[in-house]
Amino acid sequence: MAKRLILLSALLLVACAIYIGLGAEGAWRFLLPYRATKLASMLLVGIGLSVATVLFQTITANRILTPSVMGFDALYVMVLTVLVHVLGGVGYASLPAALLFAMNVAGMTVLGMLLFGLLQKGARGDIMRLVLTGLILGILLRSVTEFLQRMIDPAEFQMVQSVSFARFTQVEPSLLALSALVTLPALALAWGMRNRLDVLGLGDATATGLGENPKSGQAQALVLICILVAASTALVGPMSGGGGSFFGLIVTALAHVITPSERHRILLPSAALTGCIILVGGQTVMERLLDLTTPLTVVIELIGGILFLVLLVKRKRA
Amino acid sequence: MIRLSGVSHFIGGAQILHDISLDLPKGGITALIGPNGAGKSTLLSLIARLTPLKQGEITVDTLKIGGCSDRDLARVLAIMAQSTHVSARLRVRELVGFGRYPWHRGRPGPADHALIEAALERFGLLPIADRFLDEISGGQRQRAFVAMAFAQDTDYLLLDEPLNNLDIAGARGLMRLLRDMADRDDKTILIVLHDINYAAAFADRIVALKNGRIAATGAPDQVISDTLLRDVFDTDAKISRIDGRPFVMV
Ligand SMILES: Nc1ncnc2c1ncn2[C@@H]1O[C@H](COP(=O)(O)OP(=O)(O)O)[C@@H](O)[C@H]1O
Ligand SMILES: [Mg+2]
Repeated sequence: MAKRLILLSALLLVACAIYIGLGAEGAWRFLLPYRATKLASMLLVGIGLSVATVLFQTITANRILTPSVMGFDALYVMVLTVLVHVLGGVGYASLPAALLFAMNVAGMTVLGMLLFGLLQKGARGDIMRLVLTGLILGILLRSVTEFLQRMIDPAEFQMVQSVSFARFTQVEPSLLALSALVTLPALALAWGMRNRLDVLGLGDATATGLGENPKSGQAQALVLICILVAASTALVGPMSGGGGSFFGLIVTALAHVITPSERHRILLPSAALTGCIILVGGQTVMERLLDLTTPLTVVIELIGGILFLVLLVKRKRA
Repeated sequence: MIRLSGVSHFIGGAQILHDISLDLPKGGITALIGPNGAGKSTLLSLIARLTPLKQGEITVDTLKIGGCSDRDLARVLAIMAQSTHVSARLRVRELVGFGRYPWHRGRPGPADHALIEAALERFGLLPIADRFLDEISGGQRQRAFVAMAFAQDTDYLLLDEPLNNLDIAGARGLMRLLRDMADRDDKTILIVLHDINYAAAFADRIVALKNGRIAATGAPDQVISDTLLRDVFDTDAKISRIDGRPFVMV
């Protein structure tokens, strides 16, 4: 397993080098900081979302769920739409980026905590109820958004559309620093939970018997998930346009194949590396080789959607 | 000693357990029997802190359920829940290894590894130690879970209907291993059994539960009688005795 992690690391290094070096024309002085910022944001998002998905799948004991079912992305797009609706396109564009970032992170974390409050309520509160509530909430938020979008003018609607997909093209260095400031401590805490997560993966009863309280473990993991997803989404936009982000799904499915282990000390780095390779490699191909302006997330959604169906069908048979 | 005093439990307004007080002395096997829905699983999961205790008091040695840390309790009391489904894809050795978790919290030492191998050997799991849990039989899986509880090295062990889905060889094999743990290692075992004959054959004590109340306690040959079957189990099956040991004529 250690060998495979090293291999993944090497692969990621190569992908990063190609991304930085390929098609470099013009002054390095300008190109390098620009590309380095984009690369750093991809790595941050790749690690953040992958780790969040692993945590989410462990506490829900479900391999085909990702945190986006909780309606984070829908909330982001709604906040965006409301802002454009209230302030107008120009007003929105003149908002300080840091303020927007802070609002988004706060909004999404509060949403996550509210959902979590539901989990704690009632003796039989279980994680599946939380997921279902999040799912319904996401649909609700999306219909509110759609309603608002019908009322704003087409030019502004275009603007909302263009930032409703994750893009790594316009990343502000200051936002990147902010996002790192939020993401890195959360990652450190997630890593600190690795052994406990192994035990939580055994199911509530067995985990309790081994002295690991499932409720408190799930609560802590959920806080970290909210923070990680919020920080990435606030940085680059939502990773999904519609139903649920398939990025995390692809990453964890691949990580389970590449490093078939249930141990989080393997699974967490393996998923993080895989996530980064997909983002950096995918972006290189889209941007440099194909010269496409389609956001990478659209492609990821497409591949992820197919993978989702495959996983569903396989589960049915198993 | 496990001591329950004044334990009651309600689920959605319905009273499941009625003011139960019970002392289980250290050592030996106690079988918890009773008809379906009597409250056996509820009682066991209260002791195991799987269900939060709301009314009454339960202590295991000096530890008070609900008042002590989960960690401390995990070094004194091991449990095997009624459903042992694990969604993670684990090998037998990994599962048994988790039994050491309360002691090393994720950093196993050489002593832990030695104990894990010893548990695998004792429960006859060495030949299948590297197989995945979904590649072995139900009986082997149950044995793997008991081996995990054994590796946990606690004085007390609680099991909820571990014989479910086992054939006669599997069921007897498991009960013998438990008997051996009680005799050789001085474990105190509380086990929910629905087959009275197994309780009669392997338990030192019987606690019979009906409608959330204790209907009888005592040694098997004293407790198991026609009256018990009629009053507690609502059946007119007869008891016969072979060498003094009661058998239910089904
Ligand atoms: N989650 C629940 N909701 C409502 N009633 C329950 C629940 N769990 C158990 N009960 C009720 O509690 C009683 C005792 O259940 P249980 O302890 O599982 O019985 P046993 O293990 O002796 O068969 C039964 O009448 C059952 O219907
Ligand atoms: Mg039961």
